[in-house]
Formats: sequence, C-alpha cells, structure tokens
Amino acid sequence: MFKEKHFAFLDESSKKEIRRAVLKAVAIPGYQVPFASRELPIARGWGTGGLQITLSLIGEDDIVKVIDQGSDESVNAVSLRNLIQETTNVRSTIRTQEATLIQTRHRIPETPLKEGQILILQVPLPEPLRNVEPSEYKTKKLHGEGDYSGAWLKMFEDIMRYGQTATGADHPVCVDGRYVMAPSPIPRFDNPKLDNSPALLLFGAGREKKIYAVPPYTQVVSLAFDDYPFRRERFAGEKCRLTGLSDVYLDELTDETTGEIYYQINDSSYLLEHLNRETEMQTE
Amino acid sequence: MGYVAVQGGAEAIKEANLLAEYNNCRAGRAISVEDIRENLKKMVDSVMSESSLYSPELAALAIKQAQGDPAEAVFLLRAHRSTLPRLYFTTVTDTAHMRVERRISAAFKDIPGGQILGDSPDYRHRLLDYALCAQSPADAQDFARQYEANIREASERTSAEQSGNRGRLPKLVDFLRSQNLVSNPDLSDEPPHDITTEPLVFPSARSSRLQILTRGMTGAVTALGYAKIRGFGISHHPNIGELRVGSLPLHILSDLSGAQEEYYIGEIEATEAEIFMEAHCRGEEAENVLGIGLGYGLCFGRNETKAIAMGVLEHSMENPGPGDPTSDEEFVLLHVDAVESTGFVSHLKLPHYVTFRSKLDRIRNIRKEQSRV
Amino acid sequence: MTQWEKPVLTLKNFNKTFGNGCSFCKDKPENLKGGCCPKCRTIYACRDVSLCVYCGEVVGIVGESGSGKSTLMQALYFDSEPTDGEYYLDAYKNGERNIFADSRRQQKWVRNMLLGMVYQNPVMGLKMHFSAQSNIAEKMIAAGNRDVHSMVARGNDLLERVSIPPARRKDNPCNFSGGMQQRVQIAKALANEPPVLLLDEITTGLDLSVQADVLELIQKIQRANRNSILLVSHDLSVIRMLADRTVVMRNGQIIEEGLTDQILEDPQHPYTQQLVYSLL
Repeated sequence: MFKEKHFAFLDESSKKEIRRAVLKAVAIPGYQVPFASRELPIARGWGTGGLQITLSLIGEDDIVKVIDQGSDESVNAVSLRNLIQETTNVRSTIRTQEATLIQTRHRIPETPLKEGQILILQVPLPEPLRNVEPSEYKTKKLHGEGDYSGAWLKMFEDIMRYGQTATGADHPVCVDGRYVMAPSPIPRFDNPKLDNSPALLLFGAGREKKIYAVPPYTQVVSLAFDDYPFRRERFAGEKCRLTGLSDVYLDELTDETTGEIYYQINDSSYLLEHLNRETEMQTE
Repeated sequence: MGYVAVQGGAEAIKEANLLAEYNNCRAGRAISVEDIRENLKKMVDSVMSESSLYSPELAALAIKQAQGDPAEAVFLLRAHRSTLPRLYFTTVTDTAHMRVERRISAAFKDIPGGQILGDSPDYRHRLLDYALCAQSPADAQDFARQYEANIREASERTSAEQSGNRGRLPKLVDFLRSQNLVSNPDLSDEPPHDITTEPLVFPSARSSRLQILTRGMTGAVTALGYAKIRGFGISHHPNIGELRVGSLPLHILSDLSGAQEEYYIGEIEATEAEIFMEAHCRGEEAENVLGIGLGYGLCFGRNETKAIAMGVLEHSMENPGPGDPTSDEEFVLLHVDAVESTGFVSHLKLPHYVTFRSKLDRIRNIRKEQSRV
Repeated sequence: MTQWEKPVLTLKNFNKTFGNGCSFCKDKPENLKGGCCPKCRTIYACRDVSLCVYCGEVVGIVGESGSGKSTLMQALYFDSEPTDGEYYLDAYKNGERNIFADSRRQQKWVRNMLLGMVYQNPVMGLKMHFSAQSNIAEKMIAAGNRDVHSMVARGNDLLERVSIPPARRKDNPCNFSGGMQQRVQIAKALANEPPVLLLDEITTGLDLSVQADVLELIQKIQRANRNSILLVSHDLSVIRMLADRTVVMRNGQIIEEGLTDQILEDPQHPYTQQLVYSLL
C-alpha cells in the first residue's frame, strides 16, 4: 500500500503530458495551453502550476533555485525547494547564474538570465481578460479572434478615473505581436525583463490548469497607450540602505527601533552577493 | 549574518512541524486508523468521494493525519493520487447490478421491489446521546455480536430462493420508461472524458460535469443544489425518484489469460440518486407535453445529500435557464472542488509584499498627481 | 446618381432556424404553424429574407414580436450566426464578399468599423460599469486607436452631439436615465463613422416625451451625415417618422415592402392593413 517516493513525485505519464503542454506553449508564444493539472502535496494557489512544470522537467543534473517574492529563504520558497529536493535529490542554489531551473513567485531575479536557463513563474490568474469577461468560454474566443479591446478598455477607464493606468503588479503584455498575456503578478519593474529574454520563460497556473510560455528572444511589449506610456514603479531617490543601489526593486521596511522607513533590495540572493563582494573587496 | 528579514524560513518550518506533531499527541492519546475507518464511516465516505480515490484505509489515515479536517484529508489523498500510475480502466458498470442496502423513493408510495429504509439518521431525533460517553469497546463488541446473531437467525428463516436474489432490485426509472413517462436517453458509446488526465474545456461534456460534481465538496454541491431549488433557478420542487445505497461490482478487461477477458476486481459502496424534474418533452403533434426530466447523482460511499444535490445541479446544467447561476457550468464546475477552493483561499496567507508594494506605488502616484491638479 | 445604383447593404436569402428540422417541416413551409414546426418544434425565425439599403436611405422593418425582425438585426450585427444566406456591404471588399462566409475575426472588424448598433436594451450595447467616455472609446480601441487624447476629444464631440453634459461624461451609464442611455448608445454607434446604422426598437420602453427626443436626434444626425439606416420597430409611428422605405415582416418572412407613404396609405397585405388601421 505504501510505496517509496517516486522521482520528482508525479508518475511518469503525468509528467509526459505536462511536458507536451509545455512544448505546445513554446510553439505558440503567449497562448494558454489547458492541461489536466495534478494535485500536489502543496496547496492550490501556492505554486502548484510552477511546481508541476519544475517536477516534469527536472533531471538529475539540474541545479534548482526557488524564490518567493524575491527571497530564497522565505517560508514558501523553502517548502517548495524541500519538496523538490526530497523527491529528486538534485542540487539547489541561491545563485541565479548557477541555476538551470528557477522557480519563482512574483519576481524575476535582478541578475540577468542567460541562454539555457529556464525561469518558471507561478501564476495565480492566467487570464488577462478575466476582469472584463468572467466566462472562460468567451475569453478563449476573444483570444482566438485577437480581440483585446477589453484589456485596453480597462486601462482607458483607469485613465478616465485616475488620470493614469492603475495596474499594480501583473500588468498585461503582448507576446510576439499576437497573444495578450498575464505575466503573473510580477511588479511592473520586472516587465521589461520579459522582452527578448535569452532564457526560456514558462508560466504555470495549477488551479486554473493552464501552461504558457515565452520562448527565448521573443518580443514582449507591456500594453500602454501611445500618449500614456508604460511606467515601472518609481523609487524616486530611494536607495537600498545596505548597498546604496537604486536601480533595483526595493522593499519598503520600517526600522523597529526608530520607526523610520528604509529601503532594501528585494532580491535577497542579489543583495547577499553584492554584500559579499563588497566584503571581499574590503578584506583584499 | 542577520542581514535579511526573511531569512530563516527553513528553521521556522522545522519548528512548526514539530509543534504540529506535538499538538497531535498532546493529551497522550492516539486514535487508531482502524477506529476511524469503522467508527467515522460517514466521514471516511465523504473524504473518499471528494478525493476520487476509493480506499477506506487510506482515507482513514488521511483523516487521522489531518486532525479530522476533511478538506485537509481530501488534499492528502488527492496528492497521493497524483503519484499513482493508471494501470486499468474498469468496464461499464450497470448500476442495476447494485447490491442494495438502502433504497427509497419519495415520488411513489410503493415501488417495484419495495422501499428499504436501511441505516439512516433521517427519522432519528437529534438529541445528544450521553450514553456514548461511557461506551467502552467491550460494550460495542457485545452489541455488535448480539445484533449479528439476531440477523443470522432471521435470515435463516427466510427461504433460500429469496436470499439468492438478495439486494438485486429493478430500477424505478426503467419502469417509468416502460410507461413512456421518462424519455429514453440517446445512447452513446463515446468514452467518457477523464477530467484528471484531460483538460476541462467549455462547453463541457456531460461526463466531465458528472465527474466534477461527484468529486465536489459535499458542502459546496449541497449549497448550490439548494440554491437551484430554493429560487435561483426553478421555483418548483424536484422529486426523488429513487435513492439507493449499496455495493457495485467492478470489472476490468485484461488479457492475463491470453484472451481479452473481464475480471472481477472487487466492489465499491456507492450512493445513487435519480431526481425527477419537471420537463417539456417533445410529443407527436402535441404542443408542449409535460414530462419528467432526470437528474443523476452518484458518489462513493454513503453520501445521500450530495448525491441528491448533484442530480439537481447536473439537470440544471443540462437544461440551462437564462440568468440562472446554477446552470452556468463555469460558475458551478470551477468552484466546487475542495482542493482548488481551499487552496486558493488559503494562499492569501502567503506573503504578497512585492505585489502590494507595486499597488502602493500606483496609489501614491495617483494621489500625488490628483493633489497637484 | 451612381451611388444610388449600388446598395450599401445587401442581404440575400437569409435563413435562421432554431432546431434541426424534421422530415415534416424541411422544405415544406406549408406545414409550419406560425413559423414553427408542430412536430419537432423547430422555429423558423427568418425565411428567405432578402433586402437592401441604399446610400443615405432609411429602411424600416415593422412587425409584431416574434416576426423575426430582431433575429435579422442580430445576424446583421454578428450577434448570432445565420443558418444560411449572403450578406454584402459595399464598403467591405467592394461588396463582393459574402461576410457571413468570412472569418469571425473579419466579421468583428466589419462590426467595429462599418456598422453602428443601437439596441432596445442598453445593457446589450453598453458596459454599464464603465464611464460613458470609455463606452465610446471601446469602439475606437477596437478599431486600433491607441491615443487617449484623440479618443477623449472624439468622445466629447459625440457626447456633445447627443447632449450628454460634460459633468456626466465620466459617469457610468448605469446611473443614467433610459433616454440618456439610448443617447450614449447612439454616440457609441457613431464613434467610427460607420456607413450603416442598425437601430433595434430604440424607443421601446421609453417615456413618450423621451421617445420624441431620441427620434428627433436620430433624424438630425441622419440629415447631417446622410447615414444609411436599417431600423426595426413594432411601432408604425416610429416608422412613419423616420423610414423612407418600409418592409413588413410576419412569421419570419417579408410579406410586403414599398415606400413608407405607400405602405401607410395603401396597404396590400391583409396583415399590413390590420396594422395600419389599428394605428388609426
């Protein structure tokens, strides 16, 4: 009745199916490929889409990195990484440049990705048109017909109401001039990193049962009107308290003793590397 | 080096797991998996049904591990299910072959084969039974032994030919079909979709809908079925044509012996409900002929309310009404699954500071610009 | 004069059925009862409907509810698929391509660029929880406009023409009166200056005084722009006020057509006579 753990958890025919969905997704950039999402030992909404892709692709030689909200050490990242390691015994790393598979929630690493790497993004809501059309059957048709006026209309309405578009994270993008795609809730700061990326970008939505992809060197454009250009989050004059860097995504933190607000690099492994390099330089 | 606030996740998880383990045995007591399987049968049944994995042993284990949280137990079983390869498919099981233990019809006073009340709390008063506080395993053993002896004695009195056919009863709906009150269904040999290996696409096939409903959360399926008959759908009242609980034999096709043959692999307990709904039938020459439409519910174990509500919802989606949320298949099917709904709701507990920071940036910018105007 | 020779809109042998038909009703219209097969209950909502609209002309379709006139409008605006038939617009591929046979994507393009629709029920034509400005912009966005300022300017211009005061232009139509909602719909229909306007029972359900306002607005716009209009109504007074030519439909078929004056003065078909006399 009780068996030893299977390599990478899922049974092999399930993995094969998921890989087939991934291949289809790569072949049609930005198109949401439906797949029969499997239940995993972690909860729906906690990264099961990304994890199913990771588990289906991972081999013994892979080096895996898992991040959640920019951190390798946050509780959920640790939990996912433990599951991957317990069922595969592959090496893990926090160094972006060393990893072959990077599973991430809501961030793209600050260290530029390179060819041969695969970035797997966890997606809660894969449908960029869902807030204008609740029905899956209808949004599927809209994609087929290339009718994205709903997504544009939402931004137009924001401008009417607030004087600018009001999207926070998950600002929709157009992939390869064809499909409008939800980039997962990455901050707008990360949107430009999707464009012409040397690494393969895969997106997995476990609960919504969709897989989609941006193949390497594909054009990805954030939706914006001509006279209201796309804007990343602005950290006007703010700098990381520890490194002094400014062109990175910053967390806003409060100093417990002074009550002062300060800023710190969100990407924890990038921050560590930077600090270590500085220490090395000082000791030299 | 104490640099980063979010360091230390690994340590935190380890400690949290230890605490959970301690909470499980804090009082120094441990309930056995057998006790759960035998004494909490209804819970075992609903967990098996929602997990779509028929194994009373594993369900009982899952309940123990989940500290009695049914959604968590379902989650454990579903995850286990994902590791299992699909070796065989059972052949078609005709539910007319059910060995019936309970069977009622609300639509007719007397039905061919008779009504069998069986074990049901329906006519029991829901009063706390304080005697159970003092019940010892020995008491339970005595009662069980006595009851079994009585039954044996009673069955010896009935004739052999009666017992030979014990539990096999004609289906009421076949009787109604013979009377032309229920129209004959269009038979289809199309293999059913398997929602666990094929993506669900809309508009969905009936086989997909039935699978999702039978795996649905008991509470969710019941609540939506209730909404349908209370007023967000039909205003009239459905009737339970036939509700039966019993065992269904399962077979697989295999060429173990060299030739393709059917093999009996065991039986499962199931609840089946056939619900009569008012329907407009097509009659020869006539205007609208009023007839009986059927809603069908079937689930693992003894799970009567769910099977009935499933029948109501299934019929609702087969015969959609304008503006009726319970006949909107996407509304029903995408929201009744235990693993999906509890997973997504609970994911709100995950940190969202990156996305929230992005939202804050928008709010601050909009405010700044509006105050300038 | 050449413009008058070629219709801007041509519909040929349009059919729309709900149901699959049976041996009793297929190709046997004499067996139908009120456009419906008594055996298999298939509804023949439109049967062999052919009509055209010439440049700058207003054509009215009149008939009771269930006569098939709204089914016809839905097909012309691609809200529902035809069972069969041919549909040509002069502005689309020189009027040589049957749009019913074209791809859904092309049909959407035609719908956004060459047609303007005003529905009886504003919920069909407007996004009630988007501002009036956005509702008008929707058409321009669909036509590929990506410049907010130009769309706002055009929106203001159109809303001015239908007398929606500046203070209300960023409000949601769900907070508007029925007459205002109809005027926003009209502004939206005009957004891309389509050659053909489709108006489906646009005054039904409005107060009499509001009805008159809306009709006057349509008349004013039509005179200024020389739009070609196909207009459906069960109300002969609307037809009399707006339509140059009138088509009478019953049980999914055209039973009579001619100049509006002629239909009203000298109806030929008994049903039309009944309609006209009941008006008097």
